[in-house]
Amino acid sequence: MTARSVAMTIDQVAVRFGGLVAISDMSFTVGEGEIVSLIGPNGAGKTTAFNVMTGFLTPSAGRVTYQGTTLTGLKPHEIADLGLIRTFQRTSVFPNDTVYDNLLIGLHRQGRVRLLDAILGLSGARASERRLRQKASELIEWVGLERRGHDAAGSLSYGEQRLVGVALALAAEPSMLLLDEPVSGMNASETHRFVELIRSVRDRGITILLVEHDMPMVMTVSDRIVVLNYGRIIAEGTPEMIRNDPAVIEAYLGHGAARA
Amino acid sequence: MRTVITILAVAVLASVPLWLRDPYLLNALITTGIFVIGAMSLNLLLGFTGQLSLGHIAFFGIGAYVSALTSLGFDVGLPGDVRLVHTPWPPIAGLLLAIIVAGLCGYFVGLLSFRVRGAYFVIVTISFAEVVRLVALNWVELTQGPLALTNIPSIALPLPGFGELTLRTKMQNYYLVLVVALIAYLLIARLVHSHFGRAMRGLMENETLAVSVGIDVTRTLTLAAVISAAIAGAAGSLYAHYIRIIDPEVFAFINTVTMVIMVISGGKGSLAGPVVGGLIFGLLPVALRPVMAPEAQWIAYGGVLMAILFVLPRGIVPSLALRFARRRSGASALAPVALTETGAKEPA
Repeated sequence: MTARSVAMTIDQVAVRFGGLVAISDMSFTVGEGEIVSLIGPNGAGKTTAFNVMTGFLTPSAGRVTYQGTTLTGLKPHEIADLGLIRTFQRTSVFPNDTVYDNLLIGLHRQGRVRLLDAILGLSGARASERRLRQKASELIEWVGLERRGHDAAGSLSYGEQRLVGVALALAAEPSMLLLDEPVSGMNASETHRFVELIRSVRDRGITILLVEHDMPMVMTVSDRIVVLNYGRIIAEGTPEMIRNDPAVIEAYLGHGAARA
Repeated sequence: MRTVITILAVAVLASVPLWLRDPYLLNALITTGIFVIGAMSLNLLLGFTGQLSLGHIAFFGIGAYVSALTSLGFDVGLPGDVRLVHTPWPPIAGLLLAIIVAGLCGYFVGLLSFRVRGAYFVIVTISFAEVVRLVALNWVELTQGPLALTNIPSIALPLPGFGELTLRTKMQNYYLVLVVALIAYLLIARLVHSHFGRAMRGLMENETLAVSVGIDVTRTLTLAAVISAAIAGAAGSLYAHYIRIIDPEVFAFINTVTMVIMVISGGKGSLAGPVVGGLIFGLLPVALRPVMAPEAQWIAYGGVLMAILFVLPRGIVPSLALRFARRRSGASALAPVALTETGAKEPA
């Protein structure tokens, strides 16, 4: 692997909910432009890790830095302003708005104009509005939902809603994208298209951290994989290394009766 | 289509004083118009951010008192033998101050409660209205307490070159209220169709997702509260200078409830909703008075409200818009149509 500059550092992060340890001690880094996957059995602490990285949870110990900025204490919208954008495992759209309007909401960071300009309809605000509409159309085309643009996002199929979720995240102009189980509920061909999509996102220079259960998908798309179990990192490396790691095989398949 | 309806509605409303000579009905229309402005401001919060302000009348009442006191002047003692003396200013300055002070109050109430939101916001706003009512009732030196502030001057418009036009007649006041209502309507329309409006809608629909794309919850909601409170303050000022007497009863809870009814029946989250709902429930008591005993009037009022919400559960305007859209596009148009009623269309 060529040496990359580090985008994100997770340094000895721990999360405890009362007596329950969700993450005990987690440290790893994500390089610029890399696709890293975070995998592990259910309840291993993957989504908790995402919530820490995006400011939805404050870690009990340790810290996360992104491009030199320490994220501890920042609010989610402030972290989004640093270009660190996530998607969600479940509800990931504004259900009552059209797909097009969803993306306009997602373009919030790029559409900031002065309130007075917007109210008076000054030319600057109007030009910004036109630019946003143009971008929204481009994004819709890019995820291939042109024909659903004017349907309410809540009326779309599960797979389509996932695409809207990713387009929404891209609308926020991320420099790093955190995808939480993006292909769960997708069929094989949708998954295949999604992998292409992720690759083209990375080709735009966007770093990607992925949480996913779909192992074939993870193995094809990732540069590097981090495996979590019971809140600890048990393995880290290229897909090839992970596939043959005994600790990983044990975590996923169990170890007979030896594990009481 | 929508523009045509809007222009027609404004033309009809503007023509009313030309053919309606009955001062009693004109008076009812003016006070209703003032409450419609209040309802529009409430709708900005309730319909577009989902936050229910059950003390909205506080901003209205603060506007009324600020405006009245600015134009009447006062002389009150403060702790430490300081006397605060204010000589009367023109009522138009009172209107501007009412907007600013009410907006500031909206800022503080928003700042206090939006960190927690939901039920907390409801409770903070109710308490705020009650506290303000108690201040108005007990700070007799400033507000005259239950004796009321009387002889509040009518609004006078400065006309460059012609001196001043004092709005004394009902017809003049009707047009004043109509113009302010139009300005408030356009302001709210522009706002909800701008990217601020989209941020508000995003927060209402899916707050977690909205935050994750960089929308600042506290800032967005506080901004909505400030503008909403400022518009309510303007309505309060119009009220004070039209009725020309105000007492702490203006802060009564029932006045907030009236505004909520106007918004919900007309359709929250729809621009025209509070106007339609406001006209119905503002004028209903006037229509019922000649034909019913006072007790029966309230029962009929409640009956009409229930009937509307039973037949048109989303409120009058969104429900009718949905039916209209369905008829036009056959069965293919499903629920989303009504929900985009306030959606991404270009501002008129």
